[in-house]
Amino acid sequence: MAPATYELTVNGQKRSVTADPGTPLLWILRDELKLTGTKYGCGIAACGACTVHVGGVATRSCVVPVSLIGDRPIVTIEAISQDPVGRAVQDAWVSHDVVQCGYCQSGQIMSAVALLKRNRKPTDKNIEESMGGNICRCGTYVRIREAIKMAGAQP
Amino acid sequence: MRPAQQITRRAFVTASATAAGGLLVSLYLDRPLRAQQVPVPGQNPRIYPPDAFIELRPDGKIVIQVNRLEFGQGVQTALPMLLADEMDADWSQVAAELAPAADIYRDPVRGIQMVGGSGSIATSFQQYRELGARTRAMLVAAAAERWKVAPEQCRTEASVVRGPAGQSATYAELAEGAARIPVPATVQLKKPADFRLVGKRVRRLDSRPKCDGSQRFGLDLDVLGMKVALVAHPPVFGARPKTVDDTAARGLTGVAQVFEIPTVSGGTAVAVVADKFWTAKQARDQLKIEWDLAAVERPDSAQLWATYKQLAGTPGNVAVTRGDQTSLDALASGDRLVAEYEFPFLAHSPMEPLNTTVRFDEGRAEVWAGSQFQTVDQAAIAEVLGLKPEQVTFHTEMAGGGFGRRATADSHVQREAAEIAKRVPGTPIKLIWTREDDVQGGYYRPMHAHRVEVGVGPSGLPVAWRHVVVGQSIVTGTPFAAFMVRNGVDRTAVEGVADTDYAIPNFHVSVHHPTPNVPVLWWRSVGHTHTAFVMETLIDELAARAKMDPIAYRRRLLNPDAKKLRAALDLMEEKSAPWRAKLARNHAAGIACHECFGTAVACAVDVSIENKRPRIHRATVAIDAGLVVNPLSVEAQCQGALVFGLSQLMANGAITLKDGRVEQSNFDRYTPPYIVDAPVAVDVHIVPSIENPTGCGEPPVPVISPAVVNALSKLTGKRYRTLPLLTV
Repeated sequence: MAPATYELTVNGQKRSVTADPGTPLLWILRDELKLTGTKYGCGIAACGACTVHVGGVATRSCVVPVSLIGDRPIVTIEAISQDPVGRAVQDAWVSHDVVQCGYCQSGQIMSAVALLKRNRKPTDKNIEESMGGNICRCGTYVRIREAIKMAGAQP
Repeated sequence: MRPAQQITRRAFVTASATAAGGLLVSLYLDRPLRAQQVPVPGQNPRIYPPDAFIELRPDGKIVIQVNRLEFGQGVQTALPMLLADEMDADWSQVAAELAPAADIYRDPVRGIQMVGGSGSIATSFQQYRELGARTRAMLVAAAAERWKVAPEQCRTEASVVRGPAGQSATYAELAEGAARIPVPATVQLKKPADFRLVGKRVRRLDSRPKCDGSQRFGLDLDVLGMKVALVAHPPVFGARPKTVDDTAARGLTGVAQVFEIPTVSGGTAVAVVADKFWTAKQARDQLKIEWDLAAVERPDSAQLWATYKQLAGTPGNVAVTRGDQTSLDALASGDRLVAEYEFPFLAHSPMEPLNTTVRFDEGRAEVWAGSQFQTVDQAAIAEVLGLKPEQVTFHTEMAGGGFGRRATADSHVQREAAEIAKRVPGTPIKLIWTREDDVQGGYYRPMHAHRVEVGVGPSGLPVAWRHVVVGQSIVTGTPFAAFMVRNGVDRTAVEGVADTDYAIPNFHVSVHHPTPNVPVLWWRSVGHTHTAFVMETLIDELAARAKMDPIAYRRRLLNPDAKKLRAALDLMEEKSAPWRAKLARNHAAGIACHECFGTAVACAVDVSIENKRPRIHRATVAIDAGLVVNPLSVEAQCQGALVFGLSQLMANGAITLKDGRVEQSNFDRYTPPYIVDAPVAVDVHIVPSIENPTGCGEPPVPVISPAVVNALSKLTGKRYRTLPLLTV
């Protein structure tokens, strides 16, 4: 298809991009806007490394074409610290020494923030449901659980 | 060390890379890591120049070069801890960088620049401590010179030297003077009691950038003028295209070039070079390639199993034999047990897909890669480009996992990137393997069949053991074969069995190494991934048969000198006893212990069955890894390694081939553990030790799968000898 121009709101800023309508949001973020904190892991929404917030909803950006974003605001890992819950999650991650290779952690954090925005006191089951699609090959899951609970307990 | 700007890193690296030395001596020695004792102080033949490793900046920042890839294992924090402790540096001022490929950064014991065999701390323990101690001595000497006092009158703490009359100077202030002091030949290292950092739970240096998106990985690299390359690989290893129709691909806006390149496995692939990933991906999808599959062997899992099982029934090349081999046959059939096991191919699937960026210019090249084998990959790229290794500047990029996948003796990804870059001189080429390329691209943990015949004595202990392993050799055909294959036995296929610490008097292990057309590779903990499963499930079965407690049974059977395993087993027993004594209804405890690369690990798990899958409510791990540099990191490695080990049990935890093609292509059908598959809680306990450190990245991997199925066996009465675990 012919390229088209899209006006996106990314991390609070208006960004204009011209791309093939089928281009996944992930590659718009990474290759056009140079926001490489959002990661490519599988391209089929099976690992969650590409998770961003679209209109406040945790979304696998690797399977969402740019043409379907519309005017919904996009928030990526690069700006999540501006959100109090986002900041609390990042701090809890650092305090619990969650990361290992760190490659999946942008997506883990974006999923965790979305969970805590809905539910400040998630049970293990809630955590498994909300984080259930994010793969961490280093296996940091127990520390992710602890960090989510800690971040949720922040005032 | 050096003050900033005294010498540029590039000048140094060039100088050191052209210096002589550095042969590929050994990756694993006879007894991995156990043989690699850290040299005692004063006996290390090599004095590493501090200025290659430490930069003291005027603002007080201390930048330490880490001679290893960081890909999650925590070495980028642990090695600086060793150095900073001996240096008495203020930890808050310490930063770490991943060193480029250079002679000076080769592993002091293994001779290549590498991460593998969980050896980073073991083989650089002395090196980094001495670097810190030498630097401290030079800073003290500079201060003593300035104050006209004896060095012995000075003391150091938190990046400050203090003199006898209350003088004080920061390391940054002393850097220039210290750089003129000769590097001392001998230095006194701290006693363990004097460590300030070593042994403490120190948080990772790389956490914050990995939590805010600012950490750059190899895949995130953006070099001016860079283009992205994707490669259409043959669907069967080593195949070549009959015809290529690239008309549609070339017609896409942004596609620069399409051309054929040779593959390491003797085939031909088709490379697409484009402005961006998505363009390259679309172009690759639109290639119409007819492959010639007639000329290549087309391996098929079902056929391979048939062959492997048949081979397992015949004796192979002898790995170890002791005692009387007729004793087994002399036993009554009721005292004999035959167990046959199957283990599939496994992909590593690091979260960051494989990638390498290469820019080739006249007479030189620059490379950015997350590599476990920097100097090997550097040499391979040089060979492809017709350069000398020192003409290839090789930057080590932070890598998103690896687990062995970034340690290939044939450097196939780097060679592929170099082949492409060679065709477009002056243009940086970022080669990206998609997840599909990775899952289907080979270099798997080899599939294995085991057949074990055990003879049980009157005490219930095994008295005779005949064990046949069938699986591809990982190292045959690589430079590592020279010291890792003996008498037709690749030790990586039998480690964990041939050297078992269970005292079995009549013991025979042999191996067959078939050679199907599938590239294979070490997968985190290598041979122990399958051998520990066999040993620890069979021993558990024998304990149950003898109606003995599985821990007590193992303790009876272990060699008296298996001190680390005994210590780990004891500690695990003690720490898990409270919860094992009050398991919930329909839960069972399973245990396993194993020694891998000189580190002993014991594990107990609390398991139930949910949705026909094992549900792991809790795991208790005890580890004896000698002196521990960073207990927090050891804890994290143990927790993570268990999850990695559980990959083997996942229902979709197998790579299979049909008519030469890999049947899985992404995480939908080759599925690593998700959070629900992982233990809900893991407590890790470290055996206190001041013995030489051994590794902890791999050794906790092997114990989890046998521990879980040992628990399942208690719940179902079944034995589990075929992986992955399709049903419970």
